[in-house]
Amino acid sequence: MEFVQKLVTTFNFIVQGLWVTLGVTAVALAVGLLLGISMAVLRVYGNPFWRTVAALYSVLVRAVPVIVIVFVLFFVIAGFVNLSPFLAGSLALGVASGAYQSEIFRGAFQAVLPGQMVAARAIGMSRRQAIQSILLPQALRLALPGWGNEATLVLKDSTLVFVVGVPEILRRAQQVSARTLEPFVAFGIALLLYLALTLWMTQLLQWVERRYRLQI
Amino acid sequence: MDEKMERVVELFGAVAPLLWQGTGVTLQIAALSLLLGMAIGLPAGIARVYGPRWLQQATGTYVVLVQGTPLLIQLFLVYYGLPDLGLTLGRLEAAFLTLGLNSGAYQAEYLRGALQAVPVGQMTAARALGMSQGQAVRSIVLPQALRLVLPAWSNEVVAMLKYTAVVFLIAVPDLMGQAKILASRYFAPIPIYLIVAVFYIVLVGITYGVLRQLERRLRVPGLTGEPT
Amino acid sequence: MNPTPILRVEELYKSFGQTAVLKGFSLSIQPQEVAVLVGPSGSGKSTLLRCINLLDPPNAGRIWLEQEEITAAGVNPDRIRQRIGMVFQDFNLFTHLTALGNVMVGLTKVRKMHKKEAHELALFELERVGLVDRAGHYPAQLSGGQKQRVAIARALGMDPHLMLFDEPTSALDPELTGEVLEVMQQLASEGMTMIVVSHEMGFARQVASRVVFLEGGVVVEQGPPAQMFERPAQERTRVFLRKIADLDERSR
Repeated sequence: MEFVQKLVTTFNFIVQGLWVTLGVTAVALAVGLLLGISMAVLRVYGNPFWRTVAALYSVLVRAVPVIVIVFVLFFVIAGFVNLSPFLAGSLALGVASGAYQSEIFRGAFQAVLPGQMVAARAIGMSRRQAIQSILLPQALRLALPGWGNEATLVLKDSTLVFVVGVPEILRRAQQVSARTLEPFVAFGIALLLYLALTLWMTQLLQWVERRYRLQI
Repeated sequence: MDEKMERVVELFGAVAPLLWQGTGVTLQIAALSLLLGMAIGLPAGIARVYGPRWLQQATGTYVVLVQGTPLLIQLFLVYYGLPDLGLTLGRLEAAFLTLGLNSGAYQAEYLRGALQAVPVGQMTAARALGMSQGQAVRSIVLPQALRLVLPAWSNEVVAMLKYTAVVFLIAVPDLMGQAKILASRYFAPIPIYLIVAVFYIVLVGITYGVLRQLERRLRVPGLTGEPT
Repeated sequence: MNPTPILRVEELYKSFGQTAVLKGFSLSIQPQEVAVLVGPSGSGKSTLLRCINLLDPPNAGRIWLEQEEITAAGVNPDRIRQRIGMVFQDFNLFTHLTALGNVMVGLTKVRKMHKKEAHELALFELERVGLVDRAGHYPAQLSGGQKQRVAIARALGMDPHLMLFDEPTSALDPELTGEVLEVMQQLASEGMTMIVVSHEMGFARQVASRVVFLEGGVVVEQGPPAQMFERPAQERTRVFLRKIADLDERSR
């Protein structure tokens, strides 16, 4: 009975980090989405200068561990503006994710049939209009499976902002384990909580994918 | 500008030896974890496809458990949590075990995909020659699957190199571990973490190049990871 | 009635789920016979071949290979399959091995030959199908006809007492079927016992000792090619063979 009681208290403490974890994931994914799509557009449709910039961003960021990116950017951001650890950490994760997302969207843009651009231009659209209203909607759908995979990766990588002191699931598990001196229980609960989160997210993404799948 | 440049060069000279040491630790952890991962992933992948039902389910659970949870929590659970069950591991051992178990699940999944990508006719033809199922898997299906899995496996090597960067959080003196010490010693986190980033870029770049070369060597006409 | 058939199939039943494919199929093959099996698709020809070498175990019925009942309990199918060579419609050459490697792998792994001995025998078998000069090529570097000839050499290497051919030319471009049929004809003339599922009527007329017409999982009629083609007893046989002959002509 006492053990069950302890489990419940520990769980209750850790689960308060759930919204922080989801918040970090959401902000990072959103930042990564913006960066990823822009960089992919530059990489595929930009002039040589922007192509090089986008390619460098993608190749260099993906060669460095996410946690190193988080560290560097956290200190860089802190040197310019006074942001909360939550925002700074999420932003840093977003910049890292943007590089991976840019690869996903680049593949998606390249998979759109070549006739689509020509057809859009033929009815009088500008290049920009064609990208925005014809190619992007198709690329977004084509990118869904890869993006879903990246989303679960970001969810798991959100534990990395623990190092800058954001009170997400892992941080809270560490705090409670320092108090109860039962790290196995604390980290075990955090692990299972995450398992539930990723399984739920996978289900959600599969549902979205089924709904919006684009057949070529 | 010149003065600033000089200071960076000076700093680099001061931190380089320790970062080299850290690089050695990083490479060692990555290599051993990959090997442990292979020792787990190879049989687990085969068991997932050809094993008895209970073993397929057991390996499936292992894969979901690992792939569905963050590496960092796995690491903390092993290093801080296992002593509660009477199993106390050193920092390096905990790092090897966690990364190895983690990589094992991913390698098992890659191998499963590759085994299932080998056309059924290959197995049928092998059985028609009089091979047992075990012989057919060993001499026909597995050699093909291993070639198919090579691109995914290369990615796993590079990924592992990057994943090792979290082990400094249990105070392993790898590249990041040294960086953290140096950053607080010189009060210069940004240049030091940037130098570390460059180290990783070089490491990943070299590894990537070597693996591409290896893939080219082992290529067999008509048998590639890319869909034909 | 010849005394000792090399293969005897008695009252064979095989179904996949709800679909019954073989419904009490019986057949007896004498040594050195070349039996060509014809029949509409779904009539059970391929299933029969896969039952004979136990790739698809039959639901009921018995099969004897050289007096030994291979459907009996406790029979090791791997040992039986060594005596039965099989050639597939889509070749199924081992993708990761060269032509030579394809022929050798059964010799070293199943017949447990030494490498050197296996190498020599494999070269000999490739010579038989006229492909020694392609020994080092991978399947992807061979034409369809060459692939099928390597597949025949691979089966021959096991020193089979009976060869099964499952539509060996139907995946080939028409201009490549000739080289495969030639190899098969040569095998027949050397006295190999063969069961061939094929709609190559020219081959059936020239090489077959018997044409077996099946439909709905049973034998409708069988006999020497001349009789089957010129004066079949059953109307269904006549209609079917006529249709095949027409298709044959049109594709030329």
